[in-house]
Order: sequence, then structure tokens, then C-alpha cells
Amino acid sequence: MRLEIEPRRSVSPVLFYATPLLAVVLTVASGYVLFLALGLDPSRTLYHFLVAPLLTGFGLAELCLKAGPLVLIATGLALGFRANVWNIGAEGQLIAGAICSGGVALAFWNESGWWILPLMTLAGALGGMAYAAIPAFLKTRFDVNEILSSLMLTYIATLILSILVFGPWRDPDGLNFPESRLFSESAQLPLLIEGTRLHPGILVALGAALLAWILSARTMTGFRLDVSGQAPEAARFAGFSRNHTIWMTLLAGGGLAGLAGCFEIAGPIGQLLPQISPGYGFTAIIVAFLGRLHPLGIIAAGFLVALSYNGGEIAQVQDQLPAAAVGVFQGMLLFYLLACDFLSRFHIRLRRAPASAEKRS
Amino acid sequence: MIATSIAMAVIAAATPLLFAAIGELVAERAGVLNLGVEGMMLIGAVTSFAVTVTSGSWILGIIAGALAGSVMALLFAVLTLSLMANQVGTGLALTLFGIGLSSLLGRSFVGIPLPGLPRLDIPGLSDLPGIGPLLFGQDILVYLSVALAALVAWVLKRTRMGLMLRAAGESARSAHSLGLPVIGIRYGATLFGGAAAGLGGAFLALAYTPMWAENMTAGRGWIAIALVVFGSWRPWRVLAGAYLFGGVSILQMHAQGVADLPPQLFAMLPYAATIIVLTVISAGPWKARLNAPADLGKPFHPSL
Repeated sequence: MRLEIEPRRSVSPVLFYATPLLAVVLTVASGYVLFLALGLDPSRTLYHFLVAPLLTGFGLAELCLKAGPLVLIATGLALGFRANVWNIGAEGQLIAGAICSGGVALAFWNESGWWILPLMTLAGALGGMAYAAIPAFLKTRFDVNEILSSLMLTYIATLILSILVFGPWRDPDGLNFPESRLFSESAQLPLLIEGTRLHPGILVALGAALLAWILSARTMTGFRLDVSGQAPEAARFAGFSRNHTIWMTLLAGGGLAGLAGCFEIAGPIGQLLPQISPGYGFTAIIVAFLGRLHPLGIIAAGFLVALSYNGGEIAQVQDQLPAAAVGVFQGMLLFYLLACDFLSRFHIRLRRAPASAEKRS
Repeated sequence: MIATSIAMAVIAAATPLLFAAIGELVAERAGVLNLGVEGMMLIGAVTSFAVTVTSGSWILGIIAGALAGSVMALLFAVLTLSLMANQVGTGLALTLFGIGLSSLLGRSFVGIPLPGLPRLDIPGLSDLPGIGPLLFGQDILVYLSVALAALVAWVLKRTRMGLMLRAAGESARSAHSLGLPVIGIRYGATLFGGAAAGLGGAFLALAYTPMWAENMTAGRGWIAIALVVFGSWRPWRVLAGAYLFGGVSILQMHAQGVADLPPQLFAMLPYAATIIVLTVISAGPWKARLNAPADLGKPFHPSL
């Protein structure tokens, strides 16, 4: 008796969207085991992890606050992933955006005006795009692998930010901590709901996802991306420029990541610090996959993964759950997702006799 | 004497890169692109450190590091080779998971000092001025890393096993038609890559900076992947590349003390060097990609 696999004629649509849910269930089940192994009360910890963040208005606002950058970045990354362009340096592009918009905020720290925030937003998006333009240029001009170049640039961006906040941009009136001045009122995003930290960034993220949906489902550009990713030969034959795809997806990904960086520092943080993101740029990769590279899926996935951040924080306080457990959770989620994908793409058959002649070639 | 101590430092900085890059080279020559090197190194580092601290035996620690690295690689292999998952996505998942899991496992080991690995000491030889300590005064992992590179070079070029492995990487379909167990070969190569990455991590945690710190690999796994491209998938060139990068990281450490510039500027050097080296090797007359195994990263299953 042996197990055999066969590809499905077409990817099963039900399973395609059901497998992410299966992955979530498996992750939660593994979380139960993980919490047991850590000597915690698993049901209590899971409750804090998954339910507690949703019970208060403030908690829901915090969820939106975390989901914003994840959705924003993942939307951009998904455009690239669909076209087989692997930008994994979104964290660096986020930092570049934060540096540029932070520079604007600090340059006008003494002034006020409605134009400061739009200028910061523009600087953030352009900063992220400029930073993503490096791997795009290297890829199209010199055939440098974008995975490696964009990742190396992330380490460099972290160090540039560190130079700035330890050096020239350090708060001159501060206590010598490595942090910039607090941004002026005009350089901070307004609150959507008083009493929370929620800013309009989440609306921009949702808008970007919807735009991306229209772009990928209804325009020629979206079609080009899909062909370029799924059938590169056909794309070449149809005259779709590969370089154009690479530039477009990297710039879109970088711009959205830069925007996320701008919203982080102009929103909840309000100044530049050596570390401004808990790895949103990397976690967004998980969000993009979990959302099936589909903008609507990404919105749902963004909220789910944001829950793991906030639930992780609550469980840290309530159950002394180690902070690193959140990363393990997120990694497991991606593993299960990739494994469950198998079900939507293949049949598994149990055969009694050894396989007869070749079935397919 | 200064030259000797600089050379010692370069060798130490190069060794973790060499381990990880040689392991990745073997996996890639078999057609498997495993981007989880960083995660496997971290798990290798934390496991070897924890086992050494608890058991008191660095030998057990090294073995545990290698095993832990290959367990991680097994996870990757099951997903990509048996369940046909996307290699790029799975590799990223392995790295993200490894970062999280290693810091979870290493919580209670932060800040514990270790004496470091003992160094070879042959009376007379090890005391020779200059080359004595370089050749006869290293720890066991340094010798092992070079031996591993030599072994891989020999196996790939001169043995039947090497030929089979290369066939699996160049054309899985043809190798399968010839009756070679492509999936089995790829499993083996991936596990070897994991063990080597685990050894690289073990060297970091037991010898290079004998301690455990979260994320202590600091991108070395990714640099190792770049080194395979840089070395155009040939073991001796990868060895040369690892030593070159060891040199770059020592250079930046020394430069930090000399020049009156922000230290972070020098810390960028290895990452910037990686980009520059990749650019030079990918463009120009070398055209690195032409040397890549033809079926690198392409999924294969015999029954499809």
C-alpha cells in the first residue's frame, strides 16, 4: 500500500480559501501544546492571546493600529509575490520612509501648519520607494538577486537610523538618550477616536488594499503581474516587459512600506527612536501569504496577525508568556499554511498495489 | 605578531560563514534553495549553547547544534520536497520561525558566560612564531570547517555520489529517468545543509562569542547564501569568499577604533560589501547566474 499524489486539474477554490483557516486552527492547537510545555495554563493563556484583545473598545482600536502597517505593507509585497518578485526588505523600506518623513518633521519642529503632515507622508512614501529602487535597479541592470539585496539593505537602514538618532538628530534638549525631539503637534497624525491611539493610517491601508484589488482584478497591469509570475514564458511571448514588472512591484512595495514607516512615527511613536517597528516588514510577508496574496484576504490576515501581537502583549503581562512566543506563533502559522496548501493543489490517493504504468508524463 | 592575531581573528569571523555557505552550497547543487539558513544557524547556536551549559561537554554541544540544524532542515525538506511547498516562502518561514524559537529556547541562557572551545596545542609547533597558532592553534571547529569544504569539493567532483547530487540539481527529470532517487538525494543534501548551518551557529555561540544572545547571527545566514552565489557554486571559491568576508568584518571592527566616525558606519560594511560583491559577480564577465544549477529552486515530484 502506498500513498500517491496527483495534482488537481484546477486548484480547488473552496480549499484554496479554507486552508488558511485550517492553518490558523492548527497553529492555535500547537499554541496550546506550546503553552503547556512552557508550564502555563493553556486555556487561560489562549484566552488572553485570542479573546482578551477583542473585549474592549481600546483593544479593538489597538488591533486596528497594528493591522494598519501590516495590511499596508503586505498589500505592496503581494503585488510583487504574485509576479515572482521577492522583495523581503520591506522592513528596511519602512525605516527609510520613517527617516525621510522624520527628517521633514524635525526640520519644521518649530513651525506649525497643515502642510507638514502631507509633506511628511510624501517624504515617507518617496523614501520607501527610493530605497526599494536600489534592489530594482540592481536586479534589472545587473541581475542581482532582489531577495539578498533588499535584505542586506534592511540591515543598512537600521544602522543609518541608529547613526541619526545617536548623532545629529538626537534631541538637543533631551537627557542624551538616543531619540529625536518629540514631533510638533502639526507633525502628528490626528486621532480617529479620542482616548485611543488610533490614527487614520488604517483607513489609508484599507484604501490601498481596495485599490490593489481593483488594480489586480480589473486592469491590464494586474493581469501582467499574474502572467509574469505564473507563466514567465508566456509573459515574454506577449511582450510584457519583465523589467517593468520588477520596477513597478518594488516601487509599490517600497512606497507602501515607507508610508507605514511614516504613520508609525507620526502616529503612536511621535519621534524617531533606534527601533521603530516590531518587525512589521517581515511579519507582513506572513500576512501576504496568509491572505493568499489577495487584497481582501490580506485585510483579514492583517487583523488576525495583529491579534497575535496584542494578545501576545496581554499574555506577557497576565501569564508571563515570553515575548519570543509571538514570533514562534507567527512562524508556525506560515509553516502550517504552506503545508496545508498541499491539500488545495493535490489529491492524495491510497493505492493497494504498487503503481502500474506511468500515468502522466 | 599583530599580523598573526589579525589573521586569527579573520579565520574566526570566517568560520561560521564557511560552515553555513558550504552547507547551502550542497543543498543548492542538489537543486534545493533553502533561504532558512539564518534560522537554522540560530537554532544550532542556541541548542549547542544550551547543551554545553547543561551537560558541561562542548562535544555534546557541537553534536546537538548540528542535529538541531538538520531537524530544522528536515522541516523545510518535508514541506518543499514532499508537500511541494514554494521553496522561497518556506525558507523565509524557516528563518522567521527560527528567530522566534531560538529566542524562546534561549531565554534562560542569556548572560551565561562560557570559556570558549579549547584550542589545539602541540608543544613546539603551536608556539612557532607567526604560523604556529594559525596552523596548529585553532579550535576543532575551524579545522572541521576547512575539512568539510575540502570533503565537499572532493565528493562533488570525484565521486559517484557527487555526480548523482549534481544530476538532481541540474536536471531532476533526467536524473529521475536514469533511476536516481531525486527526492532522496535532495533530502540528504538539505539535511547536510542544515547540519552545517547548525555547526556554524555552534561555532558562533561556543567559540566566536562564547555566549547566547538573541539574533546573534546578525544576518550571517543571508551573507552565507550570498557567498554561494559569489563562489559560483564551487566549494573552494566559497571558502575564499568566506575568508574575504571574515576579513571585511575584522576590518570594520578595527576601523571603528581608529577613525572618528560613527561605529554604525563601519558595521554596515559587511552588508554593503555583500551587495557590491553580488553586483560585480552577477554582472560583468562572470554572469554568476549562468553557473547556477539549472533546476535550482524548481519543485520536482516523481509521480507528477
